[in-house]
Amino acid sequence: MSSATLSPDAVKADTPIPVRAHLRHTGALIRRNLLWIRQDPESMFDAILFPVVFTLLFVYVFGGSIGQSLGGGQDRYVQYVIPGLLAMMGMNMAQGVGTGFNQDFNSGVMDRFRSLPIGRGSVLFAKIAVELMRMLFATVVLLVVALLVGYDVHSWSGLLAAVGLSAVFGSALMWVFLTLGVVMKSAQSVQAMGFLVLMPLQFGSSIFAPTASMPGWLQAFTDYNPLSALADCARGLMEGGPVAHPLWVTLIWSVGLTALMAPVAVHKFRTKS
Amino acid sequence: MTRIDDNPAGGRSAVTVRGLVKHYGETKALDGVDLDVREGTVMGVLGPNGAGKTTLVRILSTLITPDAGQALVAGYDVVRQPRQLRRVIGLTGQYASVDEKLPGWENLYLIGRLLDLSRKDARARADELLERFSLTEAARRPAGTYSGGMRRRLDLAASMIGRPAVLYLDEPTTGLDPRTRNEVWDEVKAMVGDGVTVLLTTQYMEEAEQLASELTVVDRGKVIAKGGIEELKARVGGRTLRVRPVDPLQLRPLAGMLDELGITGLAATTVDTETGTLLVPILSDEQLTAVVGAVTARGITISSITTELPSLDEVFLSLTGHRAGAPQDATPADSRVEVAV
Repeated sequence: MSSATLSPDAVKADTPIPVRAHLRHTGALIRRNLLWIRQDPESMFDAILFPVVFTLLFVYVFGGSIGQSLGGGQDRYVQYVIPGLLAMMGMNMAQGVGTGFNQDFNSGVMDRFRSLPIGRGSVLFAKIAVELMRMLFATVVLLVVALLVGYDVHSWSGLLAAVGLSAVFGSALMWVFLTLGVVMKSAQSVQAMGFLVLMPLQFGSSIFAPTASMPGWLQAFTDYNPLSALADCARGLMEGGPVAHPLWVTLIWSVGLTALMAPVAVHKFRTKS
Repeated sequence: MTRIDDNPAGGRSAVTVRGLVKHYGETKALDGVDLDVREGTVMGVLGPNGAGKTTLVRILSTLITPDAGQALVAGYDVVRQPRQLRRVIGLTGQYASVDEKLPGWENLYLIGRLLDLSRKDARARADELLERFSLTEAARRPAGTYSGGMRRRLDLAASMIGRPAVLYLDEPTTGLDPRTRNEVWDEVKAMVGDGVTVLLTTQYMEEAEQLASELTVVDRGKVIAKGGIEELKARVGGRTLRVRPVDPLQLRPLAGMLDELGITGLAATTVDTETGTLLVPILSDEQLTAVVGAVTARGITISSITTELPSLDEVFLSLTGHRAGAPQDATPADSRVEVAV
């Protein structure tokens, strides 16, 4: 081993990447992710099937009886569940982001990206941007199905606000799933992990049914479940009702998750060997 | 202080590595590696699986950081100036790192855009490189439908988009059939003709001989030999001539005769009774001719005569006295042990 020290030609700090270049790189990577969808349209199936299946399942299987307990019928339940489903759309799309990301890593194409002079965040931002587009698409599908099963839109502005909130919460969760996608070995385990975590959170919340009839210990859980706040907020915005408190809870969770997990995701992505 | 251009081999250094160390727990992937690659040359890094070749390439392409030591590529420090460094390198990985879902053209266009080419320039560069690597007809097909050779060519094209000063080829032909391998070699030779500096890692002596002008042999994270190809070949005994007389009883007399003539290379002639062949280490074509002449003069009928390049195993044996990746004190079990020593 030689003890000689090398002196670089220009010993100066690394040049930062200009913002415009960041945007250009992210744009190029968004184009790539959209081409993936064009090449493999089946990857959009979940965005179509999820809103259709969930809406039909809950409205027609549980709608009658839960509607009764709400003091109405099935149509009463439609007004209850659609805001909940809309709120969880961002979350459901977030789940898929880790799987796709994991596949990228296993294919070696990520090595090429990481050996290029681009900001490491560009790859992650592009992924999130495309997932948000998928989420908007799924939301449109949901609205079409909702109108078909008789949903009455009370407030279009409230509806748009709920979609925005769902997107905010969904993108916060995407950082969690991106981290899982980088850390975990296979796409299947990322998917299984997402399912295991989200399933109890979704059903142990006020998304599908009012929590009043649940046992005390479960209510304690649902009260602190951020998905309850998310669903309650969407319901308040779309149907009328309290908005301020659930909105704060949802926003604090979103900001907290992003602040915590975005640096972790970028760091894991940067140091993955 | 050693200036970057104080290269012992002479000429400006494109890659300079001093005392590079990378450990993974107990495993010393790199254990103090020094390396100098002169501008415009092809440096072959030869070693078995697990020798640390890929770790070296990954450090030099900023994918991982070293635990100790220093490395400069085109004057940029791998740790302190990764962004500037990434602008001047091209990487072709062991596993063709193209996006299989994207068409060939889109793969190249994407990388052009990521390298800050304008839309127009990225389009033109993609067209140009597809043409050059004979992929124009497959430009619109997803890379996943390409054959192994086409995929490697696309991978090479992708690493050339930014006109890199230094190109890393990490085992570019591993897993390819011989015909495709030759295709890839031709492409690499053409690229070298354009003046790019190449760092090639390989497990095959033949590949190193085809492409590299200088060779660094690594084993278990350490450099065990370096020098010009011819020089190293001489040290490991050059080629081996395999002569098979029709009558196996002729083997020993033939061996004795050749030893007496003293025309063989560094090592002694060996008899491989199992295959009924005589192994003659030779250094030059003149020696080959002399052996054939001697065999003919004695009137011995032979059924086959072939020349073989030393295998990686033999190179290692002769350089280190042990088999590639095996512990120092292991006794080689092969009957041809003596061949290259």
